[in-house]
Amino acid sequence: MSTATSSLPRTIGAHAVLLTYTVIALFPVIIVIMNSFKSRAGIFGAPLAPPTPKTFDLIGYTTVIGQGDFIHYFQNSLVVTVASLFFVLLFGAMAAFALSEYRFRGNSLMGLYLALGIMIPIRLATVAILQLMVTSGLVNTLTALILVYTAQGLPLAVFILSEFMKQVSDDLKNAGRIDGLSEYTIFFRLVLPLVRPSMATVAVFTMIPIWNDLWFPLILAPSEETKTVTLGAQLFLGQFVTNWNAILAALSLAIMPVLILYVIFSRQLIRGITSGAVK
Amino acid sequence: MGSLNIENVKKAFGPVEVLKGINLEVTDGEFVVFVGPSGCGKSTLLRVIAGLEDSTSGRVVIDGADVSATPPAKRGIAMVFQTYALYPHLTVKNNMGLGLKQAGTPAAEIDRRIGIASSMLSLEPYLARRPAELSGGQRQRVAIGRAVVREPKLFLFDEPLSNLDAALRVNTRLEIAQLHRRLKATMIYVTHDQVEAMTLADKIVVLNAGKIEQIGGPMELYNSPANEFVAGFIGSPKMNFVDGARLGETAKTIGVRPEHLTVDAKSGAWKGTVVHAEHLGADTNLYLDCEKAGLITVRIFGVYNAEPGATLYATPDPARTYRFGADGKVLK
Repeated sequence: MSTATSSLPRTIGAHAVLLTYTVIALFPVIIVIMNSFKSRAGIFGAPLAPPTPKTFDLIGYTTVIGQGDFIHYFQNSLVVTVASLFFVLLFGAMAAFALSEYRFRGNSLMGLYLALGIMIPIRLATVAILQLMVTSGLVNTLTALILVYTAQGLPLAVFILSEFMKQVSDDLKNAGRIDGLSEYTIFFRLVLPLVRPSMATVAVFTMIPIWNDLWFPLILAPSEETKTVTLGAQLFLGQFVTNWNAILAALSLAIMPVLILYVIFSRQLIRGITSGAVK
Repeated sequence: MGSLNIENVKKAFGPVEVLKGINLEVTDGEFVVFVGPSGCGKSTLLRVIAGLEDSTSGRVVIDGADVSATPPAKRGIAMVFQTYALYPHLTVKNNMGLGLKQAGTPAAEIDRRIGIASSMLSLEPYLARRPAELSGGQRQRVAIGRAVVREPKLFLFDEPLSNLDAALRVNTRLEIAQLHRRLKATMIYVTHDQVEAMTLADKIVVLNAGKIEQIGGPMELYNSPANEFVAGFIGSPKMNFVDGARLGETAKTIGVRPEHLTVDAKSGAWKGTVVHAEHLGADTNLYLDCEKAGLITVRIFGVYNAEPGATLYATPDPARTYRFGADGKVLK
């Protein structure tokens, strides 16, 4: 850091603000993870205390894993998240490319229509979606969830990606056209690698709400076969008795896959392979 | 091979007419430069020739074949872009070979052509590198190499030197001139820099507001410009324009180039005060505020010492004074 632009008090101030925010943001997550390693008495006796040899207990994890189907729930969540993510990124990027690259009648109107979904929550249409899924026989399938999440993720993806696609050099695309590349090759080989950081951003924004969603799994796919992790964790949440050990253990485990996906994408966010293409 | 005919090409983006009917004939082996101020339509015209933009009406004929509806890759052209536009994920060798590979050329032939082009542009040491590992000048040479290996009927250059620094610009300009001499190919070159136009062209096309103002060789444009716009655009420093009425002339405007004025401390046609002097070593540019002619530029070869505020007399060379009518056209 150069001394010309920063002074010691200002650095301390900035760090204090950032650290405070970090603590606030991480606090609930830490509490969940800490308590998942404690016995029931330990959780209720001192909820904020870290596990001690006396309160340390893996009962939550053994319950969750012993419950048998939890691995299956994880698999469902992962299939739904990854498949929806794939379709959101594929269709979102293609629509964004078309909107930013080609001049056609109604281009901006189409862009507005595709972005409208950002402002209208998809949950408003739950009843209609349920009717649709019932008539098409898709209730209690993962396909239903993947379709809904793809629809839910597309507006933001199209909106963000079309902004980034506009910044890809026209000369590069034209050079490809003169070299005889098809529009698909130009899109997949030239444009997509250059917008990879923004794709990663969209992936992160899209992935987390899907992984965490309880609403649509509960309504569209509540069967044992198709339960997702968030829905599965409800198993331990009774009307009169709640198995806190198991819930906290399930939640802690549920953080892991999404954390791994996030790490993968955030590496993409940082990597800059774009230099040298133009200028 | 390599002739180009443009017949009454018009291009409009919505209600904005960018090209207003362009007619042009380029014979085989010619180096033609399109020059004009920003927004005059020169790049659009190049894109229409390349097939990257469709013209609203008119025909583009390359080598006797109407290519107005042919995609860019099938027109037998190659293009060099201002921003180089190299494929960032490919090595220099693959960047140059991609077009041929797409066209289904045998690998041995691709290697042979890359070999010739890279030795011509001294790119051999860099063939395995990616664009990110090259300097600006090297990148532009790769972009030129990519055009050369295609052995096109027509080379198109879209302001290829604008992103290079001044020293590199002169070098690359020289390389392009040598390339043209060696390949004897037809080249079309777009620039807004009249120095590039004067130094490279066999034929200059001066464009303004979507219309061709004049076509001619560099010296033809310099010595006998057709109108006020061409007279002002070609030549540096710019030609002086003086209101004819103030000089008691019948012409609307009198034009005289800075190098066709002489100065004297005692007597001359136009009395003026020195506003500023630019000493360039080989020549000196004087800015004079004249009583009759207003602010004019005088270019004197060699060193000339003049302090701001001094009084000098400027005299135009009557044989090299241009007279323009009310419509901007030159009066014979």
